[in-house]
Amino acid sequence: MYRLLGLLLLAGFVLGVAPAEAHPHVWITAKSEVVYAPDGSMTGVRHAWTFDDMFTTYALQGLETKTKGVYTREELAPLAQTNVESLKEFNFFTFAKADGKKAKFVEPVDYFLEYKDSALTLHFMLPLKAPVTSKQLALEVFDPSYFIDFKFEDSDPIKLVGAPAACKMQFQRPNDDTANAQRLNEQNFMNGDNSNYGAMFANKIMVNCP
Amino acid sequence: MSRIFGGLARGIAITAAAIAAVIVFDAALHALLAQNPFGGPRPAAEPPVGGIIGWILAKQSEFYREMSGTIRAAKSDGSAVWTLLGISFAYGIFHAAGPGHGKAVISSYLVANEETARRGIVLSFASALLQALVAVAIVAVFAWLLSATARTMCSAEKAIEIASYGLIAAFGARLVWTKGGAFMRALQAKPAMAMAAAHHHDHGHVHHHHDHDHHHHDHVHSHDHSHSHGHVHDEHCGHSHGPTPDQLAGPGGWQRGLGAIFAVGLRPCSGAILVLVFSLAQGLFWAGIAATFVMGLGTAITVATIAVIAVSAKGLARRLSAGREGGGALIMRGIEFGAAGLVLLFGLGLLFGYLAAERATCL
Repeated sequence: MYRLLGLLLLAGFVLGVAPAEAHPHVWITAKSEVVYAPDGSMTGVRHAWTFDDMFTTYALQGLETKTKGVYTREELAPLAQTNVESLKEFNFFTFAKADGKKAKFVEPVDYFLEYKDSALTLHFMLPLKAPVTSKQLALEVFDPSYFIDFKFEDSDPIKLVGAPAACKMQFQRPNDDTANAQRLNEQNFMNGDNSNYGAMFANKIMVNCP
Repeated sequence: MSRIFGGLARGIAITAAAIAAVIVFDAALHALLAQNPFGGPRPAAEPPVGGIIGWILAKQSEFYREMSGTIRAAKSDGSAVWTLLGISFAYGIFHAAGPGHGKAVISSYLVANEETARRGIVLSFASALLQALVAVAIVAVFAWLLSATARTMCSAEKAIEIASYGLIAAFGARLVWTKGGAFMRALQAKPAMAMAAAHHHDHGHVHHHHDHDHHHHDHVHSHDHSHSHGHVHDEHCGHSHGPTPDQLAGPGGWQRGLGAIFAVGLRPCSGAILVLVFSLAQGLFWAGIAATFVMGLGTAITVATIAVIAVSAKGLARRLSAGREGGGALIMRGIEFGAAGLVLLFGLGLLFGYLAAERATCL
């Protein structure tokens, strides 16, 4: 009977008990700025996300332009609008915590698309609902379901804009070390709300302002 | 020429390694995932990034990212198409090796029914073929004929997705209904079931007539056969049914098999759509179509492998429980009922977003 039970368990595993995410289909190369107000409070994040060529082609499908192969900012405006509207559903893949407390973003402003070297780049400013003044700010950029892979630019991935001089920024790419991944796992396990698959592929930005 | 062979040889070598490894991967993968089956709105899995899943993900990403470059190269160098096909094939194999609802539904369906490994293979290939066809049809109609925007295409994808998940749920509900009845009857009349259950397995014998290479399979059934109290087996065995008079086994079963094919194959892979649109934009739509079908072939091989494992596992369970008077049938009906329930849960979970599947390409 125990053998049978074991077998059933095995069969269950083989059957696939929990279909999860597969792998990314869209690759974004990101460059971001953490924006501060003159009073030293953090007001939001300005993103520049460049899509891979396959998704760029997909996004541009059916778009009419005056000159073939040339897409002006105006011609891309409706698409940019669609992009930011769709991104809302995914919280703009940007998650902020000020001194351990979640900080909320509102709808993006100053958004536009740029087409250069056969790649689309989406620029947008993501303002915080209320500016935060915190000792420690943690920002994460990732897709919890890992449909999109976020990779930050190799040079100057993150910039602090107008931050108080004492603030120090730390940037951690996913897969930097396995210890990081393990810590993440424990964290996920401990608090259920944070548990998601894509978190393993998160880009973490920490700003400490003593 | 060397490019042709390079692409093909690469694909074949990777494939061989993949097939050998898939079995181990899948068991490991699900052992990991099973810890939290339907726990929350998001599947909470904590596999190590550098582990098996990380490797599958890395490989998939690698192949997938190579596709766009290869399609570009194919514009000037026709032989790059062969490389593209090689990559697509490997991608398909790895893609299906990752977690996904298709193989889970097919495997559950096979276990819920008196299905043979061979039919599992056929179902896997048919649903992968349909999946490729749907992807090609969507891009051909929306992008090529109508010059529709990505937004429109995405809405179409979403509509098809909901229909597909609804179908899986409906299909599961129907399975639960028939299998639940069989399970209840097995509970009520254990001794009668023992005989009838053995009788019910007769179809495997019919199968035996045209299938000589499935030794493992034959072995499983020959064991059951010893319990069938000396029935004379002839060609119409396949039509004689036990107490579960479902048309699943034997020729009539194809109708319901068709249901499984549609439920799983209706929803196209987002990756295929992207590759098709990209190749269309490069003026090489035909290469994209070929790549999609080759991708489907790779997917089918992986899904079929897993389906065969599922069927074999059930066969093993049957063999182990066969010695038990009456109870064996009860256990088997219980397994079938459970598997039917799984199909229903998959459908409902996907439909209401409790299980995250690969999402449509909408941004």
